[in-house]
Amino acid sequence: MNHDYEYTPSNGFTKWLDKRLPLMRFADENMLSFPTPKNLNYFWTFGFILTLSLVTQIITGIVLAMHYTPHVLMAFDSIEHIMRDVNYGWLIRYIHANGASMFFLAVFIHMFRSLYYGSYKEPREILWILGVVIFLLMIITAFMGYVLVWGQMSFWGATVITNLVATIPVVGESILTLLLGGFSVDNPTLNRFFSLHYLLPFVIFGVVILHIWALHVTGNNNPTGISVKDSNDTISFHPYYTVKDLFAYIVFLLMFSYFIFYNPNILGHPDNYIEADAMVTPAHIVPEWYLLPFYAILRAVPDKLMGVLLMFGSIAVLFFLPWLDTMKVRSARYRPVYKIFYFTFLISCLLLGYLGGQAPEGIYLFLSRVCTIYYFAFFLVVMPLLSRYEKPSAMPIGISNPAIDTSIEIDEVDGDLVPSANT
Amino acid sequence: MTDIIDENEPTRRDFLYITTAVFGATGAATLAWPLIHQLNPDASVSALSSVEADISSIPEGGSLKVAWRGKPVFIRRRTKEEILIAENEDAANLPHPEKDAERVKNKEWLVVVGVCTHLGCIPIADKGDFGGWFCPCHGSHYDISGRIRKGPAPTNLEVPPYEFVNESIIKIG
Ligand code: HEM
Ligand code: FES
Repeated sequence: MNHDYEYTPSNGFTKWLDKRLPLMRFADENMLSFPTPKNLNYFWTFGFILTLSLVTQIITGIVLAMHYTPHVLMAFDSIEHIMRDVNYGWLIRYIHANGASMFFLAVFIHMFRSLYYGSYKEPREILWILGVVIFLLMIITAFMGYVLVWGQMSFWGATVITNLVATIPVVGESILTLLLGGFSVDNPTLNRFFSLHYLLPFVIFGVVILHIWALHVTGNNNPTGISVKDSNDTISFHPYYTVKDLFAYIVFLLMFSYFIFYNPNILGHPDNYIEADAMVTPAHIVPEWYLLPFYAILRAVPDKLMGVLLMFGSIAVLFFLPWLDTMKVRSARYRPVYKIFYFTFLISCLLLGYLGGQAPEGIYLFLSRVCTIYYFAFFLVVMPLLSRYEKPSAMPIGISNPAIDTSIEIDEVDGDLVPSANT
Repeated sequence: MTDIIDENEPTRRDFLYITTAVFGATGAATLAWPLIHQLNPDASVSALSSVEADISSIPEGGSLKVAWRGKPVFIRRRTKEEILIAENEDAANLPHPEKDAERVKNKEWLVVVGVCTHLGCIPIADKGDFGGWFCPCHGSHYDISGRIRKGPAPTNLEVPPYEFVNESIIKIG
């Protein structure tokens, strides 16, 4: 990024501080004057929303841990104690529980944004990979947090998911026992899940710092996908994007508040208000809504090991995205064919989410299979083929210049941008 | 004295580096093991518990569910017809072939761990297409010998170690 601007300490104290710990300089360069493309739309506000979601989860989580008891005989009761006895306990718990859903909602939008505008492409590969790492950690953290309630869904969700490990040939059973600290989900399991559920958000926090660091090395992508050329293309982060991000966050909070205050249990499952019973399985075990698409993939395959492999594969494939889609044109705005496949993919993911909540039989099972096949085909077949054969539409010269760029031509064979012969 | 230093010859410093690294790695591995092994079942969990159950009051066709190592064990007293069906189906196309006789000590009593071999749910008795159990989680059907017949579960319901202590007491574990 071009930095024609430099931070100058304004008074005696900041001058003194700048020579010893350039904290203000760091904040200024990264948060205030940071040159940001001037054409970012509201999809770019979700990074900010995510950061605040993480902070919300950490603050409410620390408070909940002050009243929670990680023991099989007391865990469920201590949750009820938080809900009924602790001052504002209900509020703090509802914020934390619905906050996890909001966090996932935001991360899905954030990821689909990256997928649409090609934000994972060169030079943002590391940024994208760190994002996928965050996503994985979020899933693990949310899963363990749900177990802490020690309701029926907590218990049976934990049983089903930890049992996935047992599918690993030869050593699977031993690893499962190691993971559970016993032969079934029990007190040792609850204890260690609590310990890890407390730890992992701080690990996520660390990876988020790396993620934002990587963002500040390459700079933001933007809706055109065209790289920033000079300072005409950018504006300072403050006040332009601080105010836009804050506005988006307030709208987001309004929706969040609806859930907290008017419908706090709609995203959860009523069975989790029944205490865990190791002798009775609920009729339908469903994970939290944000894990349903992955659950649908797991159940789409009749073979146990294959189902597990596909489920993990559905996240693993994301790591390779920058090398599966090698089309130089980043934004779907100039990729008419990719756009169609992209929206089909979006719908198919939503459908998988719906199917994950249905019984795995008949038409539901059939549709799960179709969507699972499309999920993988999108990454492994469509992307490489389009990178080779798609002809992008005409593009503007730059972010600040909407005139059609005739100085480059798009190589029809592999989508590379090459200088046109007639200039 | 003319010393010719051979570049490829290990030096005393290389020796020190290697020794340090080996000591460091051994130390780290020694410490890592307690940190990993503490995750395994502790003494109170693995003190291989066994349970005894009174089966004298189970009628023909009835069953009992007892908890063993935190898991349910199904004890089922099978009817004559059920035994016949189970034995006839030895010849069926089984995903995990086992004869009924290999799975019981006394034809009348079927004792299996009531944990679906797919992902660990508890199957429901007298449901499913094969007259045995049905797992609601992902749709596995078991027959009256606890054998997997249809669905994602890979193996038959596990038979735990057990013995008949006398006419009316069975000891599991
Ligand atoms: C705790 C979760 C996360 C936080 C707090 C977070 C935070 C941020 C922030 C503040 C930005 C800059 C603003 C923006 O572009 O929205 C950003 C950009 C980005 N994030 Fe994340 N992120 C998270 C998770 C993820 C995940 C799961 C992915 C994808 C797998 C991802 C991929 C990206 C990419 C590719 C960019 C660059 C986008 C661009 O500037 O065009 N992030 N992230
Ligand atoms: S756990 Fe029984 S079918 Fe999946």
